[in-house]
Amino acid sequence: MHPTDFTLAGALAALEEGAISAVELTRAHLDAIEALNPRLNAFITVTAEQAMAAARESDARRARGEARPLEGIPLAVKDLFCTAGVRTTAASRILGNFVPPYESTVTAQLLRDGAVFLGKANLDEFAMGSSNLTSAFGPVENPWSRRDDPETKLVPGGSSGGSAAAVAARMALGATGTDTGGSIRQPAAFCGVVGIKPTYGRCSRFGIVAFASSLDQAGPFARTVEDCAILLRSMSGHDPKDSTSANVPVPDFAAACKRSVKGLRIGVPKEYRLDGMPAEIEALWRQGLDWLHAEGAETVEISLPHTKYALPTYYIVAPAEASSNLARYDGVRYGLRVEEKGDDLRTMYERTRAAGFGAEVKRRIMIGTYVLSAGYYEAYYLKAQKVRALIARDFDQAWEKVDAIVTPATPSAAFAMGEKTDDPVTMYLNDVFTVTANLAGLPGLAVPAGLDAQGLPLGLQVIGRAFDEETVFAVGAAIERAADFKALPRVRAGA
Amino acid sequence: MSLDTATVRRVAALARIRLEEEAEVMRLQAELNGILGWIEQLQSVDTEGVEPMAGGAPGGGASARMPMREEDVVTDGGIREQILANAPDREGDFFAVPKVVE
Amino acid sequence: MSATYTLEGRTGPWELVIGLEVHAQVVSNAKLFSGAATAFGAEPNTQVSFIDAGFPGMLPVINRECVAQAIRTGLGLNAQINLWSRFDRKNYFYADLPQGYQISQYAHPIVGKGAVEITLSDGTTKTIGITRLHLEQDAGKSLHDQHPTKTFVDLNRSGIALMEIVSEPDMRSPEEAGAYLAKLRQIMRYLGTCDGNMEEGSLRADVNVSVRRPGEGYRTRCEVKNINSIRFVMQAIEAEARRQIAVWEEGGEVEQETRLFDTGRGVTRSMRSKEEAHDYRYFPDPDLPPLVLDEAWVEELRRGLPELPDARKARYMRDFGLPAYDASVLVAEKETAAYYEEVARGRDPKLAANWVMGDLFAALNRTKRTIEDPPVSARDLGALLDLMKDGTLSGKLAKEVFEAMVETGKPPGAIVEERGLRQVTDTGAIEAAVSKVLAANADKVAEYKAGKDKLFGFFVGQVMKAMQGKANPALVNETLKRALG
Repeated sequence: MHPTDFTLAGALAALEEGAISAVELTRAHLDAIEALNPRLNAFITVTAEQAMAAARESDARRARGEARPLEGIPLAVKDLFCTAGVRTTAASRILGNFVPPYESTVTAQLLRDGAVFLGKANLDEFAMGSSNLTSAFGPVENPWSRRDDPETKLVPGGSSGGSAAAVAARMALGATGTDTGGSIRQPAAFCGVVGIKPTYGRCSRFGIVAFASSLDQAGPFARTVEDCAILLRSMSGHDPKDSTSANVPVPDFAAACKRSVKGLRIGVPKEYRLDGMPAEIEALWRQGLDWLHAEGAETVEISLPHTKYALPTYYIVAPAEASSNLARYDGVRYGLRVEEKGDDLRTMYERTRAAGFGAEVKRRIMIGTYVLSAGYYEAYYLKAQKVRALIARDFDQAWEKVDAIVTPATPSAAFAMGEKTDDPVTMYLNDVFTVTANLAGLPGLAVPAGLDAQGLPLGLQVIGRAFDEETVFAVGAAIERAADFKALPRVRAGA
Repeated sequence: MSLDTATVRRVAALARIRLEEEAEVMRLQAELNGILGWIEQLQSVDTEGVEPMAGGAPGGGASARMPMREEDVVTDGGIREQILANAPDREGDFFAVPKVVE
Repeated sequence: MSATYTLEGRTGPWELVIGLEVHAQVVSNAKLFSGAATAFGAEPNTQVSFIDAGFPGMLPVINRECVAQAIRTGLGLNAQINLWSRFDRKNYFYADLPQGYQISQYAHPIVGKGAVEITLSDGTTKTIGITRLHLEQDAGKSLHDQHPTKTFVDLNRSGIALMEIVSEPDMRSPEEAGAYLAKLRQIMRYLGTCDGNMEEGSLRADVNVSVRRPGEGYRTRCEVKNINSIRFVMQAIEAEARRQIAVWEEGGEVEQETRLFDTGRGVTRSMRSKEEAHDYRYFPDPDLPPLVLDEAWVEELRRGLPELPDARKARYMRDFGLPAYDASVLVAEKETAAYYEEVARGRDPKLAANWVMGDLFAALNRTKRTIEDPPVSARDLGALLDLMKDGTLSGKLAKEVFEAMVETGKPPGAIVEERGLRQVTDTGAIEAAVSKVLAANADKVAEYKAGKDKLFGFFVGQVMKAMQGKANPALVNETLKRALG
């Protein structure tokens, strides 16, 4: 078996047994990156030397009997997490060559637990996008391709496209991502890997470049549900440096993966059955529910009546918060500055931000600025926050009847680069199944469940009660067992 | 709610983003109007008596309350070099910017 | 009730309508949302955390002491404490605003309506309403004069906690505004919530001024920003009022705008160019859940408040029988009141008041020292009063001793001993001196006996001179009277 074929849990066992060293494991993944990244562009920065040094240190610790929970596990880190001493770009020109002098809490915890960082994964600029096409460092290619049309490059989804592609192509055993409107779950589904966005407040946002503060959450990618659970454990925890961090204990998520789903009530929201939904997606959804039935779960049709307003709500709230969060990128204290002789301060700001931000980011800043501006705040932002409250209430009411909700993760399989790019709104519709969980602050997991007619992965989504990731993992693991998803992407290490 | 180009320019000014040519202004106008037209559907939702959700905490954040730093002690700062290290224009111990005309 | 203050325009009298917005820097060790220090005068950019500098991924965490200080101030202003309040972002771009927004409280401030009483020079009092008090971050400092083409930015001040206190537009004269500002300052200094040091910028005032003909409603007002002394506040109000009066009387209309006070020329001028009015796009800060206060904590803070100026003044008037003016002067600063009370403890409070307000204050002025670091301690001054009470010193002698205490820093007892200034009450010695003086001035004695009563003072003076001022005056008088018959 090639070292990149391990699951994370499998690698931990192999390291423990001495079947492989951290150095070998990391070397194998760095080799994979070297071979595949020029094509896939999943990494913006590769930290090969630091990774090897960390791997050596890891082996030494293990030899001393001091192995930590993720000792020697090579991961990719979405380039939205500030990593001390390692350039952090948010896939934008505007951060220039910014090297953070501090570490985000989530990555600090992964390092505390012994993980090895391979490099910074590519993403849509400032996490705004569903395709990884808006990165200033070039798009990421989905390692999967259509059976009938293998030359056409497909998107990995976004915004965490690089993280998802890295895991799918076996350049990393796992990766960190962030999810504001679906940016972990949608790329996970497009790339045939598992990803989870935990409850809002489960993971700290300290040191993560902020996009939309009331929606952003960090979460892991991996190739199995259990692997995600292992990673989420290390990533989670109350952080006094984040005032929105929840002060709740972190359960043993991995143990929950083994729980039976017998007797669980699975909600099937009728509003998620969209007009014109591809038959394959509909079929997969039904298949997923049948699998859960077979394991003793009960399915209950529920109504989340405000579902259709979720996307427009999101596209008011998120840009509004982003327009404010991105005001700090002004060329004064770090990052890009564009200044011409004779410019006053204001002109410097305007040139810098025009040159530094890409088109999608500009659009969202503009929308956000507009919906907060005088005369429009009540009609837009305040209205959206009220609709958001209604969306959250829909879920509160649903939890009286069900314990988890299962839906498709995306309205289609991965699309081609070049498709869907003319109209921003068309792109926004990719998040139709995922934004509700962000608006309500609930945990959502995407698990690969099948393939479409072109052999592309399709995923199912599991949504759970607040702070009940355990049930989400249990249901996700049950789907995973039944799906027995063994397909592999064309482009991958060890192929 | 449809934006005219003057509004597009005003919003860009508020956001401190320079719009170079008229073509860019027009393109943005079309895109923004497309988005705004789409989000307009929220107006049809009855939100009478609904408290807006503030923040991301689930359950509407009803029980969320601001945590506080308990001790009023100095735990930060004194890191001038790090603060200035990434400055695009540094003058001695200061950040430098084009002079502001008051 | 005194007549309303007016300014005389070309066409008749005009009333003033004045409101103040005061920014008071909170006394705390660390900043409002970061752990960086707040001390004044530090080297540039040495009291800045990554949070204060708006670095990527940084998040605010509130300092409990700053919240406590705001509550204390609200209680000191007799104001409503809002157990639920919220922080909003005020969005605008400026070089000294690293995040591109200020964390402030717009819709739901921590403190609601309150009131303070001011006393004017004619002794009348007036209640000035407080609309609200909220917490917000201070911005950094821009220095425009360090370089020909660049502005330098120091972020030390960025993120320091400010309390913004907004008054009702209840003031009607520059004096009232000055008295109100002084009162706010006094209350916060008593509470220890703001040091009120206007030169250092810990207290700044923005003034809203409009004028109107007596009996009218409100006309357009203008704001004069960032005034850093009580004197300038009063001058700015008058200058701005006169400007507005001139505009109205010339048939023009006062435009609502923000102005600055040019202290050199004594006029206000418009701020910057015809910029777009700031659209601050306020919205609740999503990084901060609501600020929820426990009633029990507020009560604990209330119980811990020191005696405030008004209550202390009333106590001095009631318990010490001091007149209002004297009581006012003594309570003006907490440190003065503390000094006075130590002197007055177990002694005649009126005497103590006279000595503190008279001799001590004069000495402070002369030596350019402060009540916190006086040339004569309260203990020593008290001892001096004791020496008068027990007859050791006459009032006149005591003043001499006091001057010596100021010069030497020694306690009164030591000075009395060293200089042998003990008042002489030895009747024998006095009689001897009296005899000598009368003998030496036989001609005057005759004149006195013939009816020239005024000469009595001359004899007293001569006896005192002969006794080097140390004779007990009452005894001298008595002895002389007996001797002269």
